[in-house]
Amino acid sequence: MTTMTIAKAINEGLRATLTNNPRALLMGEDIGPLGGVYRVTDGLIAEFGADRVVDTPLAESGIIGTAIGLSLRGYLPVCEIQFDGFVFPGFNQITTQLAKMHSRSNGNLTVPVVIRIPYGGGIGSIEHHSESPEALFAHTAGLRIITPSNPHDAYWMIQQAADCQDPVIVFEPKRRYWLKGEVDTETPGTSADPFKAHVLREGTDATVVVYGPLVPVALAAANAAAEDGRSVEVIDLRSISPIDFDTVTESVKKTGRLIVAHEAPTFGGIGGEIAARISERAFHSLEAPVIRVGGFHMPYPVAKVEEDYLPDIDRILEALDRAFSY
Amino acid sequence: MGATHLPSTEFDGTDIEDRLEAEAEARLGDPAEPMVQLLAPDGTLGSDPVFSEYAERLNPEDLRGFYADMAKIRRFDVEATALQRQGQLALWVPLTGQEAAQIGSGRASQPQDYIFPTYREHGVALTRNVDLAELLRQFRGVSNGGWNPKDTNFHLYTLVLAAQTPHAVGYAMGIQRDQKFAASAAITDGTPGQTAEPKAAVMVYFGDGASSEGDVHESMVFASSYNAPVVFFCQNNHWAISVPSSVQTRVPLANRAKGYGFPGIRVDGNDVVAVHAVTEWALERARQGEGPVLIEAFTYRVGAHTTADDPTKYRESAEEGRWRAKDPLERLEKYLRAQGLADDDFFERVRADGDELAAYVRKTTHDLETPDIRTAFANTYVEAHPLVAEELAWFEEYSAGFVDEAEPADTEAAN
Ligand SMILES: Cc1ncc(C[n+]2csc(CCOP(=O)(O)OP(=O)(O)O)c2C)c(N)n1
Ligand SMILES: [Mg+2]
Repeated sequence: MTTMTIAKAINEGLRATLTNNPRALLMGEDIGPLGGVYRVTDGLIAEFGADRVVDTPLAESGIIGTAIGLSLRGYLPVCEIQFDGFVFPGFNQITTQLAKMHSRSNGNLTVPVVIRIPYGGGIGSIEHHSESPEALFAHTAGLRIITPSNPHDAYWMIQQAADCQDPVIVFEPKRRYWLKGEVDTETPGTSADPFKAHVLREGTDATVVVYGPLVPVALAAANAAAEDGRSVEVIDLRSISPIDFDTVTESVKKTGRLIVAHEAPTFGGIGGEIAARISERAFHSLEAPVIRVGGFHMPYPVAKVEEDYLPDIDRILEALDRAFSY
Repeated sequence: MGATHLPSTEFDGTDIEDRLEAEAEARLGDPAEPMVQLLAPDGTLGSDPVFSEYAERLNPEDLRGFYADMAKIRRFDVEATALQRQGQLALWVPLTGQEAAQIGSGRASQPQDYIFPTYREHGVALTRNVDLAELLRQFRGVSNGGWNPKDTNFHLYTLVLAAQTPHAVGYAMGIQRDQKFAASAAITDGTPGQTAEPKAAVMVYFGDGASSEGDVHESMVFASSYNAPVVFFCQNNHWAISVPSSVQTRVPLANRAKGYGFPGIRVDGNDVVAVHAVTEWALERARQGEGPVLIEAFTYRVGAHTTADDPTKYRESAEEGRWRAKDPLERLEKYLRAQGLADDDFFERVRADGDELAAYVRKTTHDLETPDIRTAFANTYVEAHPLVAEELAWFEEYSAGFVDEAEPADTEAAN
């Protein structure tokens, strides 16, 4: 067991991937000598060379498109998109090509490209640096989407993404890059399956489902609720596509109440999908409608008001109040 | 261009230090590549078969004005950097080193022209009379814009690289149509068949890094196809954060224009006289309906990419030193003094004006209003939208709950 930050854990996970798979390579803007704007690739170019840690021209469509070509030729590109808001020049390649290649080749071709995207707000940044676009990708069949919330998962998930034969997008919670935790680099243990949700805290009265940056917020809210005598179960979804509905259903059958929280806007979001599925699967167990907590239907607001936008402990507690009022 | 200009794309065992050094050498520019320069770093005025004519239009007052603008914006840059350090701004994007490229080109534009900047064009903003304190709103995190582009024909900053380039071409296509509209209106209402409006052009700024984005290519295709009145102004400041321009292009960026079928010119971006001359030529041409031009201003980002960046991670400070020797302000000062066009008094006044601007900016920044998320609700759509209304209503009720909880004593006292 070693203690490290999420950023360092991803760095170590990438190092392991590059070491174990000679055909793996990293591609992105400023990932070479600079080590990425978040230093996630720090030191890797010195260790593996410019052929395997590639500072690309400034063009996201080019990054994803050439990664697809490299993967068709048997390589394993792990692409870094610098910020969530800058993935869109590459959106065409991701959704029309990467996601569909296996299907349209009648299963003959695989394009196991990995795309890393730092996402989410709460860092007081300027426009396009705080967004949560995961639903746009989750809506696209052919992509898998995972998001770590702690260093151990971060270390293993990046490697599991690299091992996966499907394209995988890893959304990295940027405001938690410096969150420290224990990492077991010997074995993933309970994190062996990146597509399985984790129950982080058991409870009997309500379930709160979160992922990525909101995991610590939900745990804190559950602690606060406990002071009011409410026993709240917290689930870290970990995978956004596929979603581990079994774990969520099982929990809701026990607790009878479900809150889903994410930074992304609630409208058309992951929370809506979970609400619909759980209504189908656990209708008779529900004591209240599934309640979503998330961003508003507006472009991500300016830094000085992001606190009013982002779900926090109070917003989750308020949702719990509503769930208990039925 | 020799092989030394090319970045290594094959892993050849050279260690990273060697690579960086080789690339730093390459970036000094190949003297064999043609580049328009009028004012040399030593302050002497040279000549150019095409552009001297434009430089000759400048009178001493213009030249002193260029200097004053460059000094002002550099002072502003220092102040904004300080404000960021003091926590008054979330981030600052410095322009030091690029004053001539920005003031020279901005001063060549006319009020009826429309300008699309990227995010570092504070100098151009100055020439368009944008209130520089308003410009800081974006960097303080109180607005995603900050000024009304309709007041100055200076568009909002665009942070998604190159996304503004097709907007510029579309705007230029609109100007083309305006002229036809005006002509046909003249036929129907009998007024003379020329628009009374002065002819306008569009200028769009982007960087060496952004030049790699597909949007730039598509813009140039459209501009060429429709012969749109647009000037593409690329500030090649040699770096896209940590990535040297040799990764974006292996030939002068200006050469790309040829492939689209319009002129491309590399100009010494640290020579305000040459930048002004070339831009004036290009904008006049565009206004006359002669189509697009690509200008590559060969310059250097002397400071960090932003206040969050540390250039020592990826470049030699010696390189910065070499470029400081080509400083745009110093060379104009030398020229003005040598020609007896400006004296100590002038430079002293410029310095005082700079301090005054800095004081104004400091004060205004401290006083900038704190925004309210209700503004974001209000500005999401033009027309009423039920979901926005519903979420806003929820937000009002939710926040009201906190007021009650937080101030029960006050409420009682008021009762
Ligand atoms: C589409 C897009 N991708 C990535 C970024 C992140 N980013 C911000 S500035 C920058 C470098 C830009 O370099 P250049 O175009 O040369 O302009 P300069 O900063 O040198 O003025 C990058 C990669 C972005 N803003 N937009
Ligand atoms: Mg640049």
